[in-house]
Amino acid sequence: MHKVAIVGVAQTKYERISPYSHEEMTFEVTTKALEDAEMTIEDIDNSVTCCNDFWDGRTISCMGITESTGSSRVPTTNVEGDGTYGLLMGLMRILSGHFKNTLVVAQSKGSIGMPALITNAIFDPLYERILGLDAINTAALQARSYMMRYGITEEQCAKVSVKNHKNAKANPYAQLPLDITVQEVLKSRMLAEPIKLLDTSPISDGACAIILEEESVAKKRPKKPIWIKGVGHCTDTYHLGDRELSGVSVLQSAAQKAFHMAGIQAPKKEIDVAEVYDAFSYMELMWMEGLGFCERGGGGALIDSGITEMGGSLPVNPSGGVLSAHPVLAAGLARVAEAVLQLRGEAGARQVAGAKVALAHGIEGACAQGHCVFVLGS
Amino acid sequence: MTVELGNTGIRIHQSRIRLKYNWWLGNVGTKFYQELRDRSKILGIKCVECQHVYVPPKENCPKCFRRMEKWEELGATGTLKNFTVVHYSVPLIQPQKPPFGLGIIQLDGADSGFIHFLGEMAPKNIKVGMRVEAVFREKREGNLLDIKYFRPAQI
Repeated sequence: MHKVAIVGVAQTKYERISPYSHEEMTFEVTTKALEDAEMTIEDIDNSVTCCNDFWDGRTISCMGITESTGSSRVPTTNVEGDGTYGLLMGLMRILSGHFKNTLVVAQSKGSIGMPALITNAIFDPLYERILGLDAINTAALQARSYMMRYGITEEQCAKVSVKNHKNAKANPYAQLPLDITVQEVLKSRMLAEPIKLLDTSPISDGACAIILEEESVAKKRPKKPIWIKGVGHCTDTYHLGDRELSGVSVLQSAAQKAFHMAGIQAPKKEIDVAEVYDAFSYMELMWMEGLGFCERGGGGALIDSGITEMGGSLPVNPSGGVLSAHPVLAAGLARVAEAVLQLRGEAGARQVAGAKVALAHGIEGACAQGHCVFVLGS
Repeated sequence: MTVELGNTGIRIHQSRIRLKYNWWLGNVGTKFYQELRDRSKILGIKCVECQHVYVPPKENCPKCFRRMEKWEELGATGTLKNFTVVHYSVPLIQPQKPPFGLGIIQLDGADSGFIHFLGEMAPKNIKVGMRVEAVFREKREGNLLDIKYFRPAQI
């Protein structure tokens, strides 16, 4: 694969209710990503936005941020999915040979609408939506399925929440830096058994922008280019009742494609830091298995071991992860942005020392129907 | 309507989108719903290639893509494979008042999971592996809620 690098990143501070509009948030990250890359908007030759109609309350929602992302000036397209998929599209546009760079901007404001109704609308109107399924009660089904199959405990899931909220204290962008204990997680309000409030990501507003460039130009940028070494994506079937909710074969397939492209044979050894999409605490444990950081069913033992803590041999979610800030659509792109900061050595108080190879992961759909995995290297 | 948030001077414009839809059931969905309404029967559909029976039925097999045409009349009983109990209230999307049980049931004769409500059982008594049976409404309209819920199977 031709080499493509990330040369600019920016994130907004993630908040429950941001005082900024969609236009303001995306103008901010577009401007800051350009500054980060020492580029001007005139340098950008195409853009990819990640906006969703239901979340924004606008049909063809990307049109609302055309101007604020400089997209009315260049060929632009929208990926109505997680920011990792937008990044994938941005990468492919450069690999097509038609563009030298791509600006990717992902955003949403969970505060403006009714998230439970929006996630209810994910589901089939005839057979699923009618039952009141939403992101939380379906995650509860997946959590129980996974925990039952492998004997994962609620305490082990709670440890993910404790770790990630604590990590968020070192991330100035994070919405929920918290010092909590496993007991506090277990005692938090039950939402849908076994998922409790502190097992769940918040509603958030935020945006993230990333600028990609192909090799010949990327090498001239002032900051160390961070190379996309590998990418893979894969999607499961749609109806929940048809899915193997406790399994991670789909993630494994996506990860293996990314690892193969990146020449990674032993992910647990070769990856220095990982940012994964922990929309719920149990999900981080499942994703560890799908990514090959432990064997199937080993997610609980892995969190117990301390390997994924800051200071462990494979820190996971030093940013605080999605549990600490969940701007839908932006959250996956933010995982990539955080991985880039790690590899540049710009992660400040949340820096993993000497990180050279990072993994960033995004999901889409109910109970992570789809997965997208990036491997980045400095 | 434009509203100021506290003392922030931040203004928001409040409105709503009212949208009606007529979602097509398709031939498969039509037959499924008609059988629920007219005969209180749950129909699945079989992929003869994969030897897999899906309920609710669908047009083509998610695994091998082939169109499915072989209908299977399923029992109203099955095994509870998974469940949750919902404690939070969102009246606009929930036909039941919390706390309510949602289960994934493997109906006898089916291979896929059928999602529906659990009733006539206290949350603490819900156990994976228990046998359950569908309870149909007296007045049925031809949709998934023609089944009221699944309750512990009465032998």
